[in-house]
Amino acid sequence: MKPAPFAYHAPRRLEEALALLGALPEAKLLAGGQSLIPMMNFRLARPQHLVDLARVDGLASIRAVGERIEIGAMTRQAAVETSAVVRDGCPLLVDALRHVGHYASRTRGTIGGSLAHADPASELPVVASALDAELVVAGPGVTRVVAPAEFFRAPLTVALDRREILTAVSFARIGPRVGWGFTELNRRHGGFAIVCVAAVLEVDGAGRCTKAAVALGGVAGVPVRSAGAEAGLLGHPLDDRRIDAAAAAVAGDIDPGSDLHASAEYRREMAQAFTRRALVQARGRFQEGR
Amino acid sequence: MDTCLVRMRVNGRPVEREVPARKLLSDFLREDAGALGVNVGCEQGVCGSCTVLVDGVPARACLAFAVQVDGAEIRTVEGLTTDGSLHPLQQAFHDHHALQCGFCTPGMIITAYDFLARHPRPSIAEIREALSGNLCRCTGYQQIVEAVQDAARLGAVPEGGER
Ligand SMILES: Cc1cc2nc3c(=O)[nH]c(=O)nc-3n(C[C@@H](O)[C@H](O)[C@H](O)COP(=O)(O)OP(=O)(O)OC[C@H]3O[C@@H](n4cnc5c(N)ncnc54)[C@H](O)[C@@H]3O)c2cc1C
Ligand code: FES
Ligand code: FES
Repeated sequence: MKPAPFAYHAPRRLEEALALLGALPEAKLLAGGQSLIPMMNFRLARPQHLVDLARVDGLASIRAVGERIEIGAMTRQAAVETSAVVRDGCPLLVDALRHVGHYASRTRGTIGGSLAHADPASELPVVASALDAELVVAGPGVTRVVAPAEFFRAPLTVALDRREILTAVSFARIGPRVGWGFTELNRRHGGFAIVCVAAVLEVDGAGRCTKAAVALGGVAGVPVRSAGAEAGLLGHPLDDRRIDAAAAAVAGDIDPGSDLHASAEYRREMAQAFTRRALVQARGRFQEGR
Repeated sequence: MDTCLVRMRVNGRPVEREVPARKLLSDFLREDAGALGVNVGCEQGVCGSCTVLVDGVPARACLAFAVQVDGAEIRTVEGLTTDGSLHPLQQAFHDHHALQCGFCTPGMIITAYDFLARHPRPSIAEIREALSGNLCRCTGYQQIVEAVQDAARLGAVPEGGER
C-alpha cells in the first residue's frame, strides 16, 4: 500500500523543529524512517505532518566526552557501527548494532529513532539499559536528561512529550578491567530478538566482580535489568558456578509473554541460556584483556 | 505544501519533478525516472528487492520518501551496465544461474556490489550474512552465493566501488 498524504517539513535548526511540533498537533518526527515508513505504508500511522530531522544542524555526531561516548540522535546506525571512537570506547554497541536489521536499513536508521521507537524486541534499548545511558531530551525552552529506567515506559512508548525531541544519547565508556557480552536468539539474522542479553562486568585486581549489569530484551515490554543476576555476581570471583547461578536468577526477574515466535516457557529458558553465554563472553574478554 | 520539487541524478541522468510528499523513492525511480529495475516486493523493508545506492550507500527505496533524498545521486541496477553489456557481477549471476524469476535479482546485485566494494575478499559466511536481508523465493540461494564468490575472485567490483 501507499502512505496517506501529508505535508513535509525539513527544518534546519532544532528550535525550528521544536516550533513546528508546538504549532502542529498532528505532526510526527521522521528520523531514518525504517520503522515509521513501513507503518505509514500499511496506514498503521497516518500523520498529517512529517517533521524530518535529517537536515537539522548538529544532531549527527559521535564524540568521546570524558568517561562517556556521546552520540547525536540522528547519527545513522551504520556510522556508529563503523566509528573508531565507538569501537574503541563502546564495543558493546557495535556488537549489538550488527543485529539491528540489515546493513541497508542501518545506513538510514538512526540511533535516536531506534531508542524513541522502543520496540520491545529491539537491541539498542537493552544496550542503553546495560550501559546506564543518558538520554538528552529537548523540549520547548528546556533540555532534560533521562535515565533508561524512566525513558522506556511500555512497548513503543517512551517518556517523551509530543513537543519533545530526543537529541542525543551518551553511554558509559567500557574501561579497562571491564568485559562485555552481547547475545541474541532470533530466527533469521537481522530479525528482531526473541531474547537478547547485554552484560557488562567489572573486576578488581583480585578478580572479584565490582560492578555487574545484566540487561535483557524480548522478555517484557521494556528492557529488564536483572537485579537477581547482578546481586549474585557482585563481590564474588567470576567462576562457572557463580555465572550459572546468576543466569538462573534471571528467571525470577522476568515475566515473558507468548507469541507466534516463542512461548513464555521457551523465552524463560532461553533468557537463562543466553544470559549465561553473555556472561561467559564478558568474562572471556576481561581475561584476554579484550 | 503537500507537493515538493524533487531533483536527483539517477544513473547519471538528471531528473526533476514536482511530486507529492508521500511519493516513495521506489515509485519515483520507477514512474518518474524510468528505472524499472527497482522491483517492489513488500514495501516494508523486508525483501530487499528495491535496494538502490543513494549517494553510493545501499538503502531500501521503499523506506524513503523521494523528497527525503532530494539532491542525491542514485544508482540502480540499470546503472551497472555500460553500452548494453553486462557488468562483470551481472555476468557472474548469469554464468552461475543465480536467478530464476529474476524478481530479487536487482536488489541482490546492488547489495552484492556494495558489499564487494567494502569487502573485496569475503568468506562464504560473510557473503551469506551480507545477503541475509534479501529474500529469494526461487533459487535456494546456493548459486547466488557462488556467483558473488566468483565475482569476488575475479575482482568484478574494485575496492571502494567504481567512480
Ligand atoms: C527489515 C527491517 C528489520 C529490522 N530489524 C530490526 C531489528 O532487528 N532490531 C531493531 O532494533 N530494529 C529493527 N528494525 C527497525 C530499525 O531499522 C529502525 O531504524 C528503528 O527502529 C527506527 O529508527 P529510525 O531512525 O528509522 O526512526 P523512524 O522510523 O524515522 O522513527 C521511529 C519513531 O521514532 C520517532 N522518533 C525518531 N527520532 C526521534 C527523535 N530524535 N526524537 C523523538 N522521536 C523520534 C518517530 O516519530 C517514530 O515514531 C528493522 C527495520 C526493518 C525495515
Ligand atoms: S520492496 Fe522494499 S524491501 Fe521489499
Ligand atoms: S529468482 Fe525468483 S525471487 Fe529470486
